[in-house]
Amino acid sequence: MNYEPVIGLEVHAQLLTASKIFCGCSTQFGREPNANTCPVCCGFPGVLPVLNKKVVEFAIKAGLATHCEITRSSVLARKNYFYPDLPKGYQISQYELPICQNGYVEFDLNGATKRVRLTRIHMEEDAGKNIHDAHGDSSLVDLNRAGVPLLEIVSEPDMGATEEAGAYLRTLRAILQYLAICDGNMEEGSFRCDANISVRPVGTEALGTKIEIKNLNSFRAVERAIEFEIQRQSETLDDGGSLVQETRLWDEHREETRSMRSKESAHDYRYFPDPDLLPLVVPESWIDEVRAGLPELPAARRQRFGAEYGLPSYDAELLTSRKDVADYFENAVKIHANPKALSNWIVGDLFRVLKDRKLDEQLYIKTWPLPAPRLAELVQLIDQGKINGKIAKSIFEELLDSDKTAQQIVSEKGLEQVSDSGSIEAAIDKVLAANGKQVEQFRAGNDKVFGFIVGQVMKATQGKANPQKVNEILRDKLK
Amino acid sequence: MSGPGEWHWQRPYVKNFSMKLTRASVQRVATLARLRLTDDEESALTGQLEQILGYMDKLNELDTANVELFSHAMDSANALREDRVANQPNTEALLANAPERDETFFRVPKIIE
Repeated sequence: MNYEPVIGLEVHAQLLTASKIFCGCSTQFGREPNANTCPVCCGFPGVLPVLNKKVVEFAIKAGLATHCEITRSSVLARKNYFYPDLPKGYQISQYELPICQNGYVEFDLNGATKRVRLTRIHMEEDAGKNIHDAHGDSSLVDLNRAGVPLLEIVSEPDMGATEEAGAYLRTLRAILQYLAICDGNMEEGSFRCDANISVRPVGTEALGTKIEIKNLNSFRAVERAIEFEIQRQSETLDDGGSLVQETRLWDEHREETRSMRSKESAHDYRYFPDPDLLPLVVPESWIDEVRAGLPELPAARRQRFGAEYGLPSYDAELLTSRKDVADYFENAVKIHANPKALSNWIVGDLFRVLKDRKLDEQLYIKTWPLPAPRLAELVQLIDQGKINGKIAKSIFEELLDSDKTAQQIVSEKGLEQVSDSGSIEAAIDKVLAANGKQVEQFRAGNDKVFGFIVGQVMKATQGKANPQKVNEILRDKLK
Repeated sequence: MSGPGEWHWQRPYVKNFSMKLTRASVQRVATLARLRLTDDEESALTGQLEQILGYMDKLNELDTANVELFSHAMDSANALREDRVANQPNTEALLANAPERDETFFRVPKIIE
């Protein structure tokens, strides 16, 4: 039988606050175990949590950017379970009345606009980290992460294909990155995803048995795990088997999901309002203030890049997928208005450098290997006919980390394009004289040799000849 | 700023408790709370919990349609703090209370999952 998947995603996004959600401990990553802890986040008796205002502000930002209703009176609740990374025996989260509800995220996929509804966004604290197997019969606990603020973003089961899930995650991550509230690093766990997947026969309405998959720490893992589950569930049903609602773990090495030993009485968290925390009331004025401070978001910017700069949607998509790159592009265009050429340099050469230097792992690149005005100048020299494209590529490499301008490098090294017919003809004549055999072959009808001869001429001019001129004159001479 | 007026808890928080509390549900709650109860304690607690739930039933008899919902013992909202790092690392003092440690980690019985 043919089955179709029904996919919903839960994302946990770590917020970029300086301090934890309920205490004044630092959120700094990578410090010595338990350096960022205090009696509050260690769950000592008698301590009181106090909510970090910035967490609320970030939650409102995320809600407004995803078209959610902001809940005016919101409540923090205790989610009760026992695990050593959770020192209090409960996680402070939200249950009824999360801060944001009923939103959506939209993206373009295969030429159509897809909308994925959001059920809710709520605030909660992260748990600590356990290290297993280190000392035989014990586990080690580091509570530096306990109390780091998270947003849990829950989608409706609106995705019907693996690629929709991937596109949804990328869109959501770009939004959070534009808002500068989460760095979106999946490998480091600051943007984590759990997937809920069921399958049903194509054309039917009723939902199948829902399976939750955890441990997805890359986009690739999300996509592979969903593919695996669709196949596993379909085969089980085809073989006459039945599925049980359960949580499964993605095993990165074996590329399969496996059943988690079901924790006894799982999902009985006995939520109740945390009496240590007052209800949260968000006045309209606060929402207005946050709304006024929202940046232009990726979707709007992508459309504007198409309309204002005449860029193809592929370019607009790539350039606006990161706020820093989009800002870079616009700074360059201001200096030299050739949007398409600048886009080509950015998504080609500049992206390669960013990737090589792992600069793309930063949320917002402030120090570029080649600042925007200097890239603009390089493109300007090409458009003015002062250098050819090939020379420009080599100048690009020299400009990295240098404080010289493109013009300086051109002048110093004498790289100006040679366009005067006399010098080009002279070079061509020499090449033709030295390559009699190839000339004969060309005249005998072997067109392929033409490229070789052009190459020889370029070489003879140290790459500086105007390639178009070379072509024209050479064609003329070989007639 | 107005008080938290509009919110209310949905089921199972506002439910009719009049059904009889079974021993099995007491055992379940005990397991979730990591309590190990003797037979006598189980019987005693079943009775006591039944009394408490009976009291809830009594309260449910009141017509509260026009009473503002009660969310918190304090009649206020929004105790917030600014996002500032206020704590200096004091790991030694915190670890001093741990039954076992390993360098600056807390050490606990092995977790199996």
